Amino acid sequence: MSHHPQPIVRAFWTPGVFVLVAFMAIAAVFVLARYIAGIGYVSNLSNAYPWGLWIGVDVASGVALAAGGFTTSAVAHIFGKHRYESVVRSALLTAALGYTFVVLGLLVDVGRSWAIWKPLVFRNFNSALFEVAMCVMVYLHVLYIELIPAVAERFGKKITILNELNKRLAKFMWIFIIAGVVLSCMHQSSLGTLMLIAPTKLHPLWYTPVLPLLFLSSAFTVGYPMVIFETTLVTSSLKLEDEMNVLSPLSKFTIATLGIYLLIKIADMLWRGSYIYLFEGSTQSNAFLVELIIGGIVPWLLLMSRKVRSSRRSLFITACLIIGGVMMNRINVFITGYMPPFAEHSYFPSVGEIAITVGLISALMFIYRLAVTYLPILSAKKLEETS
Amino acid sequence: MIISRRSFLKWTGLLGTASLVPVKARAWKSRAPQDPYGCLVDLSRCIGCRSCEGACNQANNLPAPEKYFSDVTVFDKRRRPDDKAFTVVNSFHPGEVDVRGTLKPTFAKIQCMHCQDPGCASACLTGAMSKKTNGAVHYDKDKCLGCRYCMIGCAFQMPAYEYSNGLTPRVMKCTFCSDRINNGQKPACASVCPVEAITFGKRKDLLKLAEERMASEPGKYINHVYGKNEIGGTSWMYLSSVAFEKVGFLKMPTKPIPQTSETIQHTMFSYLWSPILLYGVLSVVLHRNHKKSDKHGKNDKKDHPKGD
Repeated sequence: MSHHPQPIVRAFWTPGVFVLVAFMAIAAVFVLARYIAGIGYVSNLSNAYPWGLWIGVDVASGVALAAGGFTTSAVAHIFGKHRYESVVRSALLTAALGYTFVVLGLLVDVGRSWAIWKPLVFRNFNSALFEVAMCVMVYLHVLYIELIPAVAERFGKKITILNELNKRLAKFMWIFIIAGVVLSCMHQSSLGTLMLIAPTKLHPLWYTPVLPLLFLSSAFTVGYPMVIFETTLVTSSLKLEDEMNVLSPLSKFTIATLGIYLLIKIADMLWRGSYIYLFEGSTQSNAFLVELIIGGIVPWLLLMSRKVRSSRRSLFITACLIIGGVMMNRINVFITGYMPPFAEHSYFPSVGEIAITVGLISALMFIYRLAVTYLPILSAKKLEETS
Repeated sequence: MIISRRSFLKWTGLLGTASLVPVKARAWKSRAPQDPYGCLVDLSRCIGCRSCEGACNQANNLPAPEKYFSDVTVFDKRRRPDDKAFTVVNSFHPGEVDVRGTLKPTFAKIQCMHCQDPGCASACLTGAMSKKTNGAVHYDKDKCLGCRYCMIGCAFQMPAYEYSNGLTPRVMKCTFCSDRINNGQKPACASVCPVEAITFGKRKDLLKLAEERMASEPGKYINHVYGKNEIGGTSWMYLSSVAFEKVGFLKMPTKPIPQTSETIQHTMFSYLWSPILLYGVLSVVLHRNHKKSDKHGKNDKKDHPKGD
């Protein structure tokens, strides 16, 4: 089975793209306000809740949902399952864009954006955040290096230096491919270590010493569902072949990864005895139940069925449930489960926070659309070509 | 990147499951200073005059408050330290009555506790928060990038943030008047207290003093020095005649806040053993699979090995 990624020539300025641009413009206004009047002016962040939507969604969920990059490149390039080659490039592009926007989100969230380079000089090796910061920084570069072949294929003839670079790089590319996987394993797990610094504040349903392992295994879990999600969206909106011949077998891996994640999660709950909080009826316990059952157990049972795996629609819905479950886990760990002792009222994101988050996601989709239009990323054939 | 000063941990195990494998990790070690200064606050002495608040405001060049320091209406509300006040005194009525049967107030001054093993300092990725040998938990704005992870790491919810500053916001909290201490002076608040409710001194001397006070007036104090063992000990400590929970103090575990996360970080990443091992294993897997596909014919491109 061969794959030939190619630019997708379709009209670029569709109504959907205009909507994206509108969201980006609204977000730009709020970002400007944030830099003029301060974080407090546009957000509901406070001394009680120093982290909110931007960290929970833009950063933590963003990193988790970009796991499609390292999981597909691992299966196709390292473990040699070449049938999955056709989705690697788009997964890497999503990951590269995802991490770019994690950094952009961080630039909005940190108070002194201009000082973001400081961890390079001042290093605290006790801090899990230091490790996350270093890994994300290096991994972002690795991702762009991994995309050089795609750019060189398209523009190499015009810009010969690019072609030259690509040829030289080809011999060493394996170094970066493995580095991408190793760096991902490191910071995906250490993102879970972050909240272990708050043993008295994080709800016991989530506070566990195996939180890093849960973050790692859920990142493995969400990787392929993300590939299924985006491939289905892209192929249907650009009217391309559905690629189910790749997605169906890919989803089989998820039975194992999601199973392992759920097993650790449930075993840990039994081991620590935290199940006593399951039915306390609080926002936290309900959020945990939704995360575990609707975002975990239900899609796992669905995936067991061959019928679900081979139906485009059912597989898409199942992938959405898993993505929702992992996203909800990150939001729960960083926002819902965070219970500061002296909060006057609980946190809910402000209009400004939501607008900036929506704007960042829109910008990501906009650039993705731009990239698949001009670069050889997607391998799926146009529907009219196949019929 | 992640180089630890701790000794290399010799143990094996598959990486993915390594944190499940019971290991003989070297026990976590406190980095608390040996002989730090501290303050002992005797809640039974405090009269709620708020002189400490005023002195703190002056010593730290903080903006003038909305209400004068002599205004007692501030006690109507429970306050928290914020970016404009590093310490506040709150009033509680835990149930004690005086001879005329009216409820007696208990006043509690709160500020950064200057933990012996501070969660904020462990959290801070640049080391902008650090525990000094004199006992102060010091904030250095020149290292700070404003991530506010220190605020997540503080169990007492003390650090505040300048949320209305667009470009150069700072984390704001009690400085323990570190510069004054280094010049041989007491912290501003301790130096002005008219009833000696705040005693400044070496932490170990203060612990002795607390025991002496409790022994000399049996029945006056509850048998608990708050801050002696709370989350591994704090430089600021409290004596009280009423239960601490009734006057706004949190029940805390004795385990230091950074212990769990630091143990995990150092066990997993000492000398980067786990990333290096994973890198090695994956390299072997990758090259074996390449040899296999090379045998099957064609293909020399390593970045995009094509299947058959």
